[in-house]
Amino acid sequence: MELIFEKSIAGRKGFDFGDPDVPSHAQIPSKYARSVDAALPEVSELDVVRHYTRLSQKNFSIDTHFYPLGSCTMKYNPKFTEALARLSGFTDLHPLLAQLSGGEQWTQGALQILYELEQWMCEMTGFSDFTMQPLAGAHGELTGIMLMAAYHKSKGNTKKKYVIIPDSAHGTNPASAAVAGYETISIPSNKDGGMDLEALKAAVNEETAGLMMTVPSTYGVFEGNISEISKIIHAVDGIMYYDGANLNAVLGRCRPGDVGFDVMHINTHKTFTTPHGGGGPGAGPVGVNQKLSKFLPISRVVKRSDGVYVLDYNYPESIGYIASFYGNFGLLVRAYAYMLMLGREGLMATTDHAVLNANYIMRKLEPYYKICFDRICMHESVFSASRQAERGVHAIDIAKFLIDQQIHPPTVYFPISVPEAIMIEPTETESKQTMDNFIDKMIEADKLSQTDPAAFREFPKTMPVTRPDEVKAARDIKTSFFLASSPTDAV
Amino acid sequence: MDSRLRGNDSGGRVMEIEENFLYTKEHEWVSIEDNIATMGITDYAQEALGDVTYVELPEEESEVEQFEQFVSVESVKAASDIYAPMGGKVVDVNRKLEETPALINKDCYGKGWIAKIDVRDMDESTNLMSAEEYRNYLDSLH
Amino acid sequence: MNPYITNTPQEVEQMLKAIGVEILDALFAGIAPAHRPKSFDLPKGLSEYEVMRHVTALSLKNNVHVVPFIGGGYYDHYIPTAVSSLTSRGEFYTAYTPYQPECAQGTLQALFEYQSSMCALTGMEVSNASLYDGGTALYEAMMMAIRITGRDRVIMDGGVSPIYRKILKTYTHHLSYQFEETPIVHGQSSRDEIYQRLDRDTAVVILQNPNFFGAIDDLTDIIAKAHSVGALVIVSVYPVSLGLLKTPAEMGADIVTGEGQSLGLPLNFGGPYLGFMCARKKYIRKMPGRIVGETVDSKGQRCFVNTLQAREQHIRREKATSNICTNVSLCALQAAIFMAVVGKNGLKEMAQLNLDKAEYAKQVLSKIKSVEVKRSAPTFNEFTIHLHKDASEVVAAMMKKGFAAGFPLGRYYPGMERYLLVAVTEKRTKQEIDRYAKALQEVLD
Repeated sequence: MELIFEKSIAGRKGFDFGDPDVPSHAQIPSKYARSVDAALPEVSELDVVRHYTRLSQKNFSIDTHFYPLGSCTMKYNPKFTEALARLSGFTDLHPLLAQLSGGEQWTQGALQILYELEQWMCEMTGFSDFTMQPLAGAHGELTGIMLMAAYHKSKGNTKKKYVIIPDSAHGTNPASAAVAGYETISIPSNKDGGMDLEALKAAVNEETAGLMMTVPSTYGVFEGNISEISKIIHAVDGIMYYDGANLNAVLGRCRPGDVGFDVMHINTHKTFTTPHGGGGPGAGPVGVNQKLSKFLPISRVVKRSDGVYVLDYNYPESIGYIASFYGNFGLLVRAYAYMLMLGREGLMATTDHAVLNANYIMRKLEPYYKICFDRICMHESVFSASRQAERGVHAIDIAKFLIDQQIHPPTVYFPISVPEAIMIEPTETESKQTMDNFIDKMIEADKLSQTDPAAFREFPKTMPVTRPDEVKAARDIKTSFFLASSPTDAV
Repeated sequence: MDSRLRGNDSGGRVMEIEENFLYTKEHEWVSIEDNIATMGITDYAQEALGDVTYVELPEEESEVEQFEQFVSVESVKAASDIYAPMGGKVVDVNRKLEETPALINKDCYGKGWIAKIDVRDMDESTNLMSAEEYRNYLDSLH
Repeated sequence: MNPYITNTPQEVEQMLKAIGVEILDALFAGIAPAHRPKSFDLPKGLSEYEVMRHVTALSLKNNVHVVPFIGGGYYDHYIPTAVSSLTSRGEFYTAYTPYQPECAQGTLQALFEYQSSMCALTGMEVSNASLYDGGTALYEAMMMAIRITGRDRVIMDGGVSPIYRKILKTYTHHLSYQFEETPIVHGQSSRDEIYQRLDRDTAVVILQNPNFFGAIDDLTDIIAKAHSVGALVIVSVYPVSLGLLKTPAEMGADIVTGEGQSLGLPLNFGGPYLGFMCARKKYIRKMPGRIVGETVDSKGQRCFVNTLQAREQHIRREKATSNICTNVSLCALQAAIFMAVVGKNGLKEMAQLNLDKAEYAKQVLSKIKSVEVKRSAPTFNEFTIHLHKDASEVVAAMMKKGFAAGFPLGRYYPGMERYLLVAVTEKRTKQEIDRYAKALQEVLD
């Protein structure tokens, strides 16, 4: 399909700003003015509408397809939360209004939502305080690690150097720890998918700043030794970080704050079904216990004794500003509306059915695909396509086969410690019929891998494009319409 | 090339090993002549990486220690740190890799060389493996 | 209780049987009694209409009808209806990150077009597919410059948004970088102050145009000087101003970042926003965040993929260029559509309207005796005025008259308690500006 720039006709306009109603016409002195106009497209509104409508039709999405992406929690995004987030009382609200003297009275609704979200999240997780500021899960991780650093610094503990991370962790964990100035130590998993306690004990010492853990792990396994792990880490005054990526598997069944964790983040797009947006924006609220609360970023939202919500900047030990404002408010409104609707029972049911659906798929596929951990899983299960790979059909080939079946592939090649990994997370919002169809297609893929493995090389056949040449994309860099493709100079 | 020994990887393809070169456990090769060590990555390493898309070359004139990371090689789905097989001063780098990183896949022991190092201490070569030892090492990995 | 769960009781039975357990609770046997919640005391659920009513009522407690003359980097611009109409399509907003390019060409091509428009706007060669917001994008750019140069000194101009400067300090205060801020002189970057500090350990000089006080500048000389000692220069820009202003590329900048909210995103009480980052092509492999690239499929047709992923955390883990996983795809899409609808001429017109209305406001305000409009440097759509009393008090009084009168600079600049930053976008009418001036006069008298 043509690019919008290729549809451009010199002189065509898509929007009219009208005639100015002020008498003055000013000019930027030439020294400060751009020499040529920005080469944006010159198209009509109809051109734009058709172009982007057609582009949208080239996507799979939750609204159109089943998306059993392990670790990503692609569940239905209710429409009413979308409508609420688009109310002008939210969208037209300037963030600095709340910081003006007399401005808080004009932002009470927004501040109340932030305040109540904090209350809800504290109760759901067993923590004492939450900040809504982090703009994505990884941003929450970085914030959490900075809180860890602030804690050690406040105790004058300069020895802390390492953050321990299991090998099954998301790549953001080691990257966040490194960005915050820590070195990382990777701990292997045991045969049940839990943490290898002996390896942990061997790695922990006075230099251990903390541990980052995803519970349940990315293998879909709940860590049974959590109390013991937390004892080991706390014995050296380390901080226990809970990566909330999989909170949706235990919400209402286990609270991180009760089982030894000191700090966590929540991915609102997973547990509270804010839309993924084709890759963001997200929101990554961070919760802490009293050990860390005084270090939380400013501003904090507090309720005055007269019932008025205000921004409070008076936290002398705070790590400071981690984002420009109060978080990705538009996403937080959606999460808030979703929580209010579900309430206690509804949220617990979410967990139950997410786990039920995951186990159903796991058991149904077990005869055909090698299962990594033969036990009841949580919200997702991990298979290896190793048997199929012996026939020359790899996880990626099965993924591409599924695309032709109008199913978004599961996560493949993650966790990285599992060869030919296929990670399946159906979520609670998918029906048994949708899952049965997926199971049938997975079985069909296995059969085809026995009868005609060569056929997989052609998949997908029914999409607007076939498999892309990713090597060419990385070697002959063309990342803009205006850029001639060529290798980059080394820097 | 005729002088290559043969080793086996698990996928069945025969891995080429250059007989007169020395090797590291991180799958770098080195060939030393008149105090200048020419280095690159082995057939096993290039096969494991897949199509190389980019090589971040070291700065010329920079000093490196033996087994210090000084290069990184990227493919579409992986990035690999490359370590200096011998310590010394980097005296030459293979600029052709900037335009054609695929040379590493096509001819890893020849046109796909990465850097030349003016060796500081020849005794460091005792920390490296011979071709025979490297072949045994590869076998031990499976 | 939860209308989004579709399993019927019969289906639950069938599934439990297939799994081989009697009751649903058995699936949670792995969570020991000691690990169960000490409390989960949340309210009962509500119906959709009850939530609608409650949250709508909260939205009405926010007053969005005060006439905004407030900016500070975040502006009340008009968003053509077509923009949000298109981004409301479920095929866009309920899609996942385009990891499977064959079924995500819509998102991928749109992001490629976004990157292209950002390059057109800034004049730079490459752009990433977006970062969280303007402040965090500036932090990422600073880290990128430190990585490229291998140096550890950062010079930050006092005209850079104080909000951004606070963010950068948070992220670096426990790391071993030297951070120096140079004061603003007569509303502009002080060449002397910057040059005094430039040396061969300087990684980067960080500038902003227009600066926080609204002043515009030609930064070519500062950039050349920085380059002469091997330092890089980041310029944070306000994208709408680039409809008229000299581009950072024309000035010689190495990395360009900014807040993209003005490109078709609502103010949304602070987010989601759009952090953008553009750079010289030679630095692309040091850039953080997702990047979409063009390639061909197995039949030779043009298509788009996430590229240069070996920089990213999911491959390089602790050695990645950043810990960032997501971009803000939907916001980037929104900006791409905005830039297409408004187009080449529209953006210029929009920028001109902002300039004209701000200049008109300056004229009207300068007629008030106790107001001094600062004119030491040309401005775009935001400017500084000096009042004869505390600006914060003036703003509070103006609020009662229905205006968000501006941003009191004393909040971030001690000693500037009597200065007010006033923003005028294309949405402000002549009548609103006149009424604003009248109200301000009343408040000051």
